[in-house]
Amino acid sequence: MPILEVKNLVKSFGKVEVLKGINFSIEKGDVLSIIGSSGSGKTTLLRCLNFLEFAEGGTISVHDKVIYDGAEKNKMSDQHIRDMRLHFGLVFQSFNLFPQYNVLKNITLAPSLLKFDTQENIEKKALELIEKVGLSDKVESYPCQLSGGQQQRVAIARALALNPDILCFDEPTSALDPELTGEVLKVIKQLAKQDTTMVIVTHEMNFAKEVSDKILFMDDGVVLQEGTPEEIFSNTENERIAAFLKNVTEY
Amino acid sequence: MFVEVSLKLFEGMLVTCRLFALTLLFSLPLGLLICFGSMSRIRPVKWIVKVFVWIIRGTPLMLQLIVIYYGPGLIGTWASKLLATGAASGFLIEWLATWQVFDRFFAVMVAFVINYSCYFSEIYRGGIESISRGQYEAGQVLGMTKTQIFFKIVLLQVIKRIVPPMSNEIITLVKDTSLARVVMVYEIIWNAQKFVKSDGLLWPLFYTAVYYLLFCGVLTLLFGYIEKKMSYFRS
Repeated sequence: MPILEVKNLVKSFGKVEVLKGINFSIEKGDVLSIIGSSGSGKTTLLRCLNFLEFAEGGTISVHDKVIYDGAEKNKMSDQHIRDMRLHFGLVFQSFNLFPQYNVLKNITLAPSLLKFDTQENIEKKALELIEKVGLSDKVESYPCQLSGGQQQRVAIARALALNPDILCFDEPTSALDPELTGEVLKVIKQLAKQDTTMVIVTHEMNFAKEVSDKILFMDDGVVLQEGTPEEIFSNTENERIAAFLKNVTEY
Repeated sequence: MFVEVSLKLFEGMLVTCRLFALTLLFSLPLGLLICFGSMSRIRPVKWIVKVFVWIIRGTPLMLQLIVIYYGPGLIGTWASKLLATGAASGFLIEWLATWQVFDRFFAVMVAFVINYSCYFSEIYRGGIESISRGQYEAGQVLGMTKTQIFFKIVLLQVIKRIVPPMSNEIITLVKDTSLARVVMVYEIIWNAQKFVKSDGLLWPLFYTAVYYLLFCGVLTLLFGYIEKKMSYFRS
């Protein structure tokens, strides 16, 4: 039984059709990487999963239950949208930490506001998460005192604090110095080992190859190929994909 | 003489301070309301507010003071005449005929509040629009409501960003209060000018600068303190 199933997702901006019917599913504990060139619709797909954009057509199901149906996109209450969002977590390319709060408060803010648990338990869990991403010495620090890599690790902990079913990453290392990408990828890899279900949009091909159970190659709003890393990286018969991989690995 | 002048100027300064404080008290929140109006998704509301802000920012405060002080009286007289000559009648005209000149200080305060609310609204708008979409989106994906996002995430960042332009505007307000004398509100400069007329002394007028400088100096220190208080984060 797939934990997430996306069927025929369609999204346009004005007259431009960005997603032209996307289908895929993932099992619990799997890591799905979405690769492809810029403008292929990867980020839009992720934003539709987190309901920052609303697809005009198609369905999104979690645990075999349809939680979103594009046909009913104008009938949803704010409360319903917020509930849907909680199935997913999102780590942004630009971190988007709250600058006025320290690391701990960044992580506890949402669970406290949503009354997820007692304040004591929320803090306890936040401290565990901070330890998990290796920032126990930065609990009291403010985002402006952290490096990009550290900020992104806080963002990951912040997303995890709400126990999402599926954790999404939107190019989590694209805004980082090359020497800082490693520490973030390491955290994601560690999460993969602990069976966190993840959907990762990335340009880090080697990382995608290593960490993913499944890869989606997107091009111009469609899924060109779906397969294991092996199938995509080593044995693709698709010329477009072969050309893309050649371009990103060779220079 | 020096003591006498100092005391008289101090008396004027009290009027200045009262006008300053009351203007801030009402225009800070009213500005936020106008700001929301100018950002409203309801088109007519947005445009009416924008035209209003344009008129207020596009005409001199001195003129606005005169219009608000003399305007109602003029309308009242005009309506009374219409009634007396029988040229017009009806509830509206009868109501307009009851209009009278406001109390001087009240009229000045109304003009200042309207004028400064419009300027503040634009500063607020700039501050709110400068917050990146990512901050709202981060709140959204964490399941927060719009109200929570505004008050828990956006507001403090907006305040931090608008402190410098607000302090500028507020310091301008201190000196703009001197315009109140055009409708004979006895603020500090009016009191100084009386010495020019009655005793032929010019120096009391120059002396008012000391009062203004002290007032603005205190404000500058205060805003510096606020900026420093909020320097622990960058946004």
